[in-house]
Amino acid sequence: MAILEVRNIEKRFDNTKVLDNVSFSLEEGNALAIIGSSGSGKTTLLRCLNFLETPDGGSISVRGETLFDASMPRWEQEKGLRTKRLHFGMVFQSFNLFPQYTALENVMLSEKLLAKEQPDFKQHKKEIYARIEAHGEALLRQMGLAERMTHYPHQLSGGQQQRVAIARALALQPDILCFDEPTSALDPELTGEVLKVIRALADRKTTMIIVTHEMAFARDVSDQLIFMDEGVIVEQGVPRQVIDNPQEERTKQFLTRYAQG
Amino acid sequence: MFWNVTRALLDGLLTTFQIFLFTLLFSLPFGLVLAFGSMSRWRLPRYLIQVLVWIIRGTPLMLQLIIIFYGPGLWLGHNIWSGNESGRITATVVAFSINYACYFSVIFRGGIEGVPAGQREAGEVLGMTKSQIFFRITLLQMVKRVVPPLSNEVITLVKDTSLARMIAAYELTFAGYSFMKSNGLTWPLFYTGVFYLVFVGVLTLLFNYIERKLDYFR
Repeated sequence: MAILEVRNIEKRFDNTKVLDNVSFSLEEGNALAIIGSSGSGKTTLLRCLNFLETPDGGSISVRGETLFDASMPRWEQEKGLRTKRLHFGMVFQSFNLFPQYTALENVMLSEKLLAKEQPDFKQHKKEIYARIEAHGEALLRQMGLAERMTHYPHQLSGGQQQRVAIARALALQPDILCFDEPTSALDPELTGEVLKVIRALADRKTTMIIVTHEMAFARDVSDQLIFMDEGVIVEQGVPRQVIDNPQEERTKQFLTRYAQG
Repeated sequence: MFWNVTRALLDGLLTTFQIFLFTLLFSLPFGLVLAFGSMSRWRLPRYLIQVLVWIIRGTPLMLQLIIIFYGPGLWLGHNIWSGNESGRITATVVAFSINYACYFSVIFRGGIEGVPAGQREAGEVLGMTKSQIFFRITLLQMVKRVVPPLSNEVITLVKDTSLARMIAAYELTFAGYSFMKSNGLTWPLFYTGVFYLVFVGVLTLLFNYIERKLDYFR
């Protein structure tokens, strides 16, 4: 069974439709790449999955559990919103690290706050914090940031900041990790290190959705590819097929424009 | 004579300091509440606060002080402020707290709105509650932003305390002025100035220290 089912998602801002009848599903351990020009609705789609936007129509379910259905009454949509969010992790284009915390503190913060809600937190505070710290350090090492744990965000390069943000998103072990153009805010020489990390995550069968402009990367890393234009999914399928042999006219045009730079 | 003046000025300084301290104590949290109210999703508190801020910022503090001190007595028939020194100080603190809270609320709102939306969103997707987001993420970034404009207001407050003389509270300027009235001396006025300068000087050092302390992040 698919880990993620997205059905008929619709989203309007004022009177413009930014998402129209978007449906797809994602298997556990697969990586889904979403490509398309700016303004095609890719980012809005990710924001809907992370409940940063509320869709006007459609439904979202993870592991068979319906997290969102536009026909639900509002209170039911918002009930347990925090828990629902934890199914998804989010890596933002602009990193959004917390500037007043070190790399390690950024990674640990949410885990520590959630641990406080556990009933046995008071008795085992020390062990719990030690475990969280070990986990945070392991994640940063995995990101190749062993030497940067006590650095503050402004002391890190963009690529390092984005890798901290990836570690932070992984800390709560989300079912699905979302990337919103993770390298678009980076200098070209820094995109490589971030893409390498994402590639390693794909190799370890992390379930991911990656919105990206890096076409070659999308083709290599993803198991499934979606091309969006003007709020609709124009074409989806196996990455190599969609990119090397697109069926739809709009996909062809986009890829040609892209190839010409 | 010098010692007499010094003692009188120290007396006045105590009152000035009380007005200063209690005004900050009340107006800072009240200002934060007003700031939140002015960003409320409901229209009514937003409009009410807008009108309040307009009135308070649009009229002289001295006028507000006079109304708050004499108004209740004339409307209710009995004075709610006790007639002694502490009653005058209390009335001053009330008037000042309302006035400064309005100014602070505008500064705070700017500070909160200046924190990028992405910070709040990052907290949300990490499953944080609204209050966790405010206290763990927004607050310190807001504080860092508001320290410079806040230091301006706080320094102005030091000198505004001299308005309490209007309702005959025996504060620093009153103390210095009394020697001119009774003895025709002008040097106590300059001496009074030195007291203010030292007071503001200490505050300036304090604010510099806070700014440096918050310099570890950007």
